Amino acid sequence: MPPSDFTRRNVLATGTAGLALAQAVKADTYQSDPKLPPAETDRPAAADPLHGYVFFSTAEASFIEAALARLIPKDELGPGAVEAGVAVFIDRQLAGPYGQGDHFYLKGPFPKSEPTQGWQAPKPAEVYRQAIPAVERYAKDSAGASFAQLSPEKQDTVLKALESGDAKLKGGVEAKTFFALLLQNTMEGFFSDPLYGGNRDMAGWKLIGFPGARYNNRPYVLRHGERYPLPPVAIGGRPDWSRS
Amino acid sequence: MKNPDVVLIGFGWTGAIMAERLTAAGLNVLAIERGGWRDTPNNFATTFDQDELRYMWRHRLFENVAHDTLTFRNNTSQVALPMRRLGSFLPGTGVGGAGVHWNGQVWRFLPSDFKALSHNRERYGQAAIGDMTIADYPVSYDDLEKHYDTFEYLCGVSGKAGNLNGAIQPGGNPFEGPRSREYPNPPLDMTYGPMLFAKAAQEAGYHPFVHPAANMSRAYTNPLGVQMGECTYCGFCEKFGCGNYSKASPQATILPVLMRRPNFKLITHCEVTRIELDSTRKRATGVTYVDDKGKERFQPAELVMLTAYILHNVRLLLLSGIGAPYDPQSGTGVIGKNYAYQITSSVNVFYDDKITNPFIGAGALGMIIDDFNGDNFDHSGLGFIGGGYIGVVNTGARPIETHPVPKGVPAWGAEWKKAVARNYLRMVSIATHGAVMSHRGNYLDLDPTYKDAFGRPLLRMTFDYTDNEHRMSDYLTDRATDVAKRMGARDVSPKKRTGAYSIVPYQTTHNTGGAMMGDDPRTSAVNRYLQSWDVSNLFVTGSAVYPQNAGYNPTGTLAALAYWSADAVVNRYLKAPGPLI
Ligand SMILES: Cc1cc2nc3c(=O)[nH]c(=O)nc-3n(C[C@H](O)[C@H](O)[C@H](O)COP(=O)(O)OP(=O)(O)OC[C@H]3O[C@@H](n4cnc5c(N)ncnc54)[C@H](O)[C@@H]3O)c2cc1C
Ligand code: SF4
Repeated sequence: MPPSDFTRRNVLATGTAGLALAQAVKADTYQSDPKLPPAETDRPAAADPLHGYVFFSTAEASFIEAALARLIPKDELGPGAVEAGVAVFIDRQLAGPYGQGDHFYLKGPFPKSEPTQGWQAPKPAEVYRQAIPAVERYAKDSAGASFAQLSPEKQDTVLKALESGDAKLKGGVEAKTFFALLLQNTMEGFFSDPLYGGNRDMAGWKLIGFPGARYNNRPYVLRHGERYPLPPVAIGGRPDWSRS
Repeated sequence: MKNPDVVLIGFGWTGAIMAERLTAAGLNVLAIERGGWRDTPNNFATTFDQDELRYMWRHRLFENVAHDTLTFRNNTSQVALPMRRLGSFLPGTGVGGAGVHWNGQVWRFLPSDFKALSHNRERYGQAAIGDMTIADYPVSYDDLEKHYDTFEYLCGVSGKAGNLNGAIQPGGNPFEGPRSREYPNPPLDMTYGPMLFAKAAQEAGYHPFVHPAANMSRAYTNPLGVQMGECTYCGFCEKFGCGNYSKASPQATILPVLMRRPNFKLITHCEVTRIELDSTRKRATGVTYVDDKGKERFQPAELVMLTAYILHNVRLLLLSGIGAPYDPQSGTGVIGKNYAYQITSSVNVFYDDKITNPFIGAGALGMIIDDFNGDNFDHSGLGFIGGGYIGVVNTGARPIETHPVPKGVPAWGAEWKKAVARNYLRMVSIATHGAVMSHRGNYLDLDPTYKDAFGRPLLRMTFDYTDNEHRMSDYLTDRATDVAKRMGARDVSPKKRTGAYSIVPYQTTHNTGGAMMGDDPRTSAVNRYLQSWDVSNLFVTGSAVYPQNAGYNPTGTLAALAYWSADAVVNRYLKAPGPLI
């Protein structure tokens, strides 16, 4: 995301490559002390705004961009996932602690599972790394070209086969697991705060009319049926706040 | 502080309530919390709190399953596998526990919910109970009334009484048990969606009322002298902390007073791994915990309180060898027995001509009907017992989680994009929130294969909905659909809860049972004062003690039980330490 989107950069801790600051784990004792402890304010770290990919290889990025253009296409309603920076968002997420599975239980064994038992796959970064070449192989076998080269209709056919699980991927990762993760991460990138590299210019929020990081809606509670009058705002503010 | 009189294992809602009551009685209390310190200005500040990705999807305030999780299966013919990622429920970690990121929906159970077995048997016959393992609570609604009241005034609940000392009040819930006084605060202002539901429900002959909310409708000072601010309907409530001191949490209601008491001490980032017993195994000597450096330490105590959330309360009992583990084959044993949950469904309603601005919300802002909860309706011929509430709770439609489209619209692509743009501002979502009864095959024990970061066995959950729950939930969904059809919308999309219970989609963090309370040590884990039958200086709090769940959110009742138990400790146990029964 262009740095000009930030008007309050100074209050936001910036990390590299989307890595959140590791939370220091330190035991503390609190006793009859009314002072606040010397806690660090738990501010979020912004994604690295530089262009270019950190996690994705060129080949992986070409698949991701092509898939995103179908999942949320650009049309007369406005920007799609690609234009909103979702590829960069996913890239930074996978390069960071989320991609490494910092909140996933990853110990084996990994036997056959029921759908009701949920995620039984490796960490997210690993799932993308294994699945993308397998999807490319599936696209070549079933449609005759790499995913990015296919027509939009054929791309949709491949995506639908992943979604339903009809596509059998070589190399371990289940098509359904990968598709559900990709779609979830796409929605995250389209609708999360621009701080993390997606939802560029708050395109996702503008599409649906979500006002973003506002905190006081009291004046509008009883205005039933009226359109909310304020434009969206992000945690880092609004681009026009920094223009005169 | 010299050696503490009381050690609390975990410092969320029940820990904070116990600590406040027991320090007020002059005891030295030490709370041991596995997570860190958290407070409003540092952790939930309005300058960065409204961040859906970070809090909901990256679990900033939730338990981290990388460290410790549970395994899950639907029944004993399956192999339980780890819950590798949070989903169906979102337990807390850190000071305040899940009391930081809850909604603030504060309910009392119905008087008949406390007599689930005898009441239903009397009205519908033994056949209606079948092979359920439900039981009566060993306490009554009347026993708990004043403790419900204490919690509601602590939290500053906004609402409207429906039954004041037996007199039905207009605007309130006519089905509720009698309450001794009005709610401390008037109802919140209501957004459009819940009002559209309430109007249609009224026309259908039901009894809509405003949801009781621990979100402040005005500035409030609670009986401890702690001040709270007016809710701003920010819509980042459940799954988030509150930046405005408007949502009741341990931080917003108790800690400012408790932290100043010289006889209270808290240690953080220390995880209790075992309750230690003396050679008779009838007395706890204290607890073992692992500190931030990974070092094991022993903390002696006269009294031990399990206040670690149901799942950890039950697991610590099993890991400490306290009480006989439940065996579903023989039906004997008590620890892990009668695990239950909640069953939910929804009906989405989409308008063309009405803008509902669903993002304006608060955790418990809504309109409800209770006509189909508990035994508020005649179940004859329906094939199930129990029920639930139906209503619209406008918690704030954060868009990663909430972007519903009518049935039949794909989940992505150009058609999805058009539908989401058209519907987001024009939707209302009706929810049903149903009870789960107890069944022989639903239980908790220790997993034989998978271990936590310290090498201890994970808790294993074996759970599925039975016909009773599915019939009940379908019935509620049909009633909700009836109301939805009267709302004058373009599209009504019901979503029943079908098939086996899944650990994947978020449903509720209303896990219950596993250390049920009762009158008989052979069939229950704790007595009516929450005292362990086996170890008389150990008390177990939380929804773990529920013999089965009711159709309401659990915290009002588990908080009332914590006050009731604290009363018994102060007024009875301290005078003559030992079994209270
Ligand atoms: C998103 C969400 C919304 C909810 N909304 C509602 C609602 O609207 N209404 C309602 O009634 N209920 C609601 N709940 C449920 C409510 O939060 C719980 O019922 C309540 O917090 C339970 O209190 P507790 O003291 O048992 O557990 P908690 O409040 O979770 O506290 C337990 C504490 O123990 C600590 N702990 C655990 N194990 C150990 C250990 N071994 N050593 C040391 N410390 C340990 C934990 O870190 C935690 O801080 C909601 C929950 C969630 C997650
Ligand atoms: S909706 Fe109200 S109570 Fe909930 S977090 Fe926002 S200001 Fe606090």
